[in-house]
Amino acid sequence: MNRGRRVVITGIGVVAPGDPGTKAFWELLVAGRTATRPISSFDASRFRSRIAAECDFAPEQEGLSPQEIRRMDRATQFAIVCAREAIADSGIEWGAERSERVGVTIGSAVGATIGLETEYNVVSDGGGRWVVDHSYGVPQLYGYLVPSTFAAEVAWLCGAEGPVTTVSTGCTSGLDAIGYAADLIARGDADVMVAGATDAPISPISAASFDAIKATSTNNDDPEHASRPFDRDRNGFVLGEGAAVFVLEEHEHARARNANRYAEVSAYAHRSNAFHMTGLRPDGREMAEAITRCLDQAEINAGDIGYVNAHGSGTRQNDRHETAAFKRSLGAHAYDVPVSSIKSMVGHSLGAIGAIELAACALALTHQVVPPTANLHTPDPECDLDYVPITARDVRLDTVLSVGSGFGGFQSAVLLASPERAA
Amino acid sequence: MTAVITGIGVVAPNGLGVEDYWAATLAGMSGLGPLTRFDATGYPTKVVGEVPGFTATDHLTSRMAIQTDRWTQMALYASDSALLDAGLDAAGREDFDEYEMAVVTASSSAGNEFGQRELGRLWSTGPEHVTAYQSIAWFYAATTGQISIRNGMRGPCGVLASEQAGGLDALAHARRVLGSGARLVVTGGTEAPLSPYAVVCLQSTGALSPSADPAAAYLPFDDRAGGYVPGEGGAMMVLEDDASAKARGVRGYGIVAGCASTFDPRPGSGKPPNLGRAAELAMADAGVEAGDVDVVFADATGIPALDEREAEAIVALFGHRAVPVTAPKTMTGRLIAGGAALDVVTAVLAIRDGVIPPATNIRPAERYGLDLVVGRARPAEVRTALVLARGEGGFNSAAVLTKVPR
Repeated sequence: MNRGRRVVITGIGVVAPGDPGTKAFWELLVAGRTATRPISSFDASRFRSRIAAECDFAPEQEGLSPQEIRRMDRATQFAIVCAREAIADSGIEWGAERSERVGVTIGSAVGATIGLETEYNVVSDGGGRWVVDHSYGVPQLYGYLVPSTFAAEVAWLCGAEGPVTTVSTGCTSGLDAIGYAADLIARGDADVMVAGATDAPISPISAASFDAIKATSTNNDDPEHASRPFDRDRNGFVLGEGAAVFVLEEHEHARARNANRYAEVSAYAHRSNAFHMTGLRPDGREMAEAITRCLDQAEINAGDIGYVNAHGSGTRQNDRHETAAFKRSLGAHAYDVPVSSIKSMVGHSLGAIGAIELAACALALTHQVVPPTANLHTPDPECDLDYVPITARDVRLDTVLSVGSGFGGFQSAVLLASPERAA
Repeated sequence: MTAVITGIGVVAPNGLGVEDYWAATLAGMSGLGPLTRFDATGYPTKVVGEVPGFTATDHLTSRMAIQTDRWTQMALYASDSALLDAGLDAAGREDFDEYEMAVVTASSSAGNEFGQRELGRLWSTGPEHVTAYQSIAWFYAATTGQISIRNGMRGPCGVLASEQAGGLDALAHARRVLGSGARLVVTGGTEAPLSPYAVVCLQSTGALSPSADPAAAYLPFDDRAGGYVPGEGGAMMVLEDDASAKARGVRGYGIVAGCASTFDPRPGSGKPPNLGRAAELAMADAGVEAGDVDVVFADATGIPALDEREAEAIVALFGHRAVPVTAPKTMTGRLIAGGAALDVVTAVLAIRDGVIPPATNIRPAERYGLDLVVGRARPAEVRTALVLARGEGGFNSAAVLTKVPR
C-alpha cells in the first residue's frame, strides 16, 4: 500500500450468515453463536458435505425493488444491500461529493455462480446437452458471466464516476479489494471508495468442487459445531455466503464533514506462495512476509497489535500454516496476542469473508471486544496460541490485524488502527 | 519510477506468437471466421475470432493441460513467451528476489469451458463426477495463480475484472506494483469465451454481429456497423522498472507512461460519458499533450451509438481528423480481458517499427470525423500511442505508451 494520504472507514454494511445487517452480525459474534446448519437452499443429500452457513436474506425485506431482484444474482443483491447500509451509516451525501472523485472496488471469488448454474441448467435442459439452447438465455446472462457486474451495480447505486473495478483473487478477494481501494485513496486517485466483497457460493457446483478435494467439513450430523478452526477434531471448512461493504474516505475528507470514523486502514500487503494452487507450506513464510510488510508500512511493532483475526478456515493445513506465520512475523508476541477465527460462526464465504472479517475487526476496535473462536474445545497441539475459545473477550485494542489465505497461493494482510490514532 | 515493457507474448486469432501476429496484422490479414469449436448450427452468432492451431499440450505438460482451462493455457503460453522475450526465463531471473516479482492479470469469463463441462457432469450424472480440478481451473484468479507458481513469483499478485477495460486496469495496477517496490510484473490478459455456454451468455448482450460474412461482421465506425465479433486469445507482457531493465542492458519496447480509468454516469442520468476524461487523465499522468499523440488505438465496439460516443471523445480531444486512429481488433474480434492487453502490445510494436497497423474491411463513415487507418498499414514515426478501452456497464480506461528514449 502506498503511504500517501491516510484512509479511514466511515461506514459499514454487512450481510452475514444469520440475520442481515451489521448489528445482527456483531451480536452473533459476541454471543459466540454459530450460523452453520444443514443446507436448505438446494437438496444436498447426494453431497459429501451437506452443511453451510446461510444468510436469512429476503431481498424484498432488504429493500430491493422487484426489478433489482430480477436483474441481480444473489451475490449482487448482497453487495447492494451492504453498500446501502454502509452509505447510510457513513452519512455521506452524494450530492455534496464530486462523483469523479468517488470510486468502487468489489471483491468476489466466484462471481454470480448461482445465477450461472441456475441458467445453465435451463439452457442445457438439465445438464444433458453440450450445445446449449440459446433461445432460453435470460437477458442478464452475460452479467452473470463477468464479475465486473458487481462493481458496475454498486457504482450505479452511488453514482461513482471515478475508478471502478472488481477484484477477484479467490479467497483473499475481500482483503485485496479493500487494500486496492485504500491504495487508490492514498495515492490521490479518489477521495471516497465504496469497497468490499461479496460471494454466494452455496450452490451444487461449488459444493461439488469442494467435495471433490475433500476441503469441506463432513460434520453433517452436528452442523452447529461443524466449523472448528484450531481444534484437534476439525475436518474442513464450512461453506458460507454473504458480503461486507465499507465507505472508505481520505482522512481529511472525513474530518471535514465530521464523519464517524471506525478505523484507519493503516497498512495492506499481500504475497503469493508460488507453491501450489491449493497447498500451503507449513512454514507460513509468505503470509508472514505480508504481515511484516504491514508492520513496516504502519511503522509499528508486533507488540502493538492487540488482536489478530485469523483466516482460520478449519482445515488442518491452514491452521498450522498460519499459526507458523504468526510466530514467524510476530515473534514472542504471537503467544500473547488474542487470535480468533469467526469462520467458526459464519463459515467461509470465499472472497467475501475477508471483507466480513475486516468488518468484525472494525467493530472489535469500536467495542473493544474480541470475538471468539467458537467450537474450540480441544486445541490441536500444533496450534498453541491464544485462540480466544468459545467466549468473547474484553480487550483494550488500538491496532488489529486481519489475514487471508486462498487458492492460487495468495496471502493477504490488513492492519486497522483505532480512529484516535488517526485524529 | 518508469515502467517499461521488456517482453511480450501473443495468442491471437490471426497469429500465434508475436511475429506471426504482427506480420498478419500489418498485412491486414484477419483471423475472423466461422465458429467451429462446437456445432453452432442454429446459433445466431456465425463469425468469431478463433485461434487456430493452439494446442495446450504443444506448450504445457499434459498434467498442466488437464488442470487448466483454455484461457489459462493461452496465458501460460503467452507469459512464457514474454519472459523469454525479455531475457527473463528461469535462468535470467536468478538475481531477482522472489518477492520482487508479481503477476497481475485481467479476467472476465474465466474457465468457462472447463466449468461448463463440469456443470454438465454435475447435472447429468451427479456431484461425485465433478473433477478435483474444477475448484482451481474455473475461478477468475486461476491464471494469475498458475503463472505465479510456474515462475516462482511471490510478490503482490492481482486479478482485475472490468470487462473489456480490464487489460488496461491490470496494466495500471502492475505499474503501481512496480512503483511500490517490485522489479518485475507479468501482466496482461487472455480470454477463451467460445464454449457453447459462454457464447450464449455473450449473445444475451444483443451486441454480437449476426453476420455470417467474416469481412462484414465487425465494422466499427462504418455505416454498416451492426455489432461486434467475440474472439479468443490476448497478450501477456513483462513490465519492469526502467532502472532494473537498463542494468540488465535491456531497452524495452515502450514505456507505460500514463494510465487512468473512469466510470460512466448511471444510465438515465443525462450526464455525459467519461471515456474522454479517462484519456485526459492518462495523458496528464504521462505528461503528454494532445499534439504529442501519434496514434489512437480505439475501443471500436462496432455498436453505432458507442462508436459515436468514442468518436466524439477523440474529436473533442484531438480535433477533426487530427490524429490517426486504428482498430487492429477488427482482425481478431473483441477479446474481453485479452483485448486491451493485445492493443497495448500492438501499440508498442507500432512504436518499435514506426508503422501504424490498419483496421480492416471498414469504409469509415464521414460523420465520425476520424482519420482511420484502413486497408493498409501506414508508416509513421510513433513516439506516443493512446490506447482506449471500455467495458460493458460503463468502464472506461486509457493508457499512454511512449517510445523509450535513446
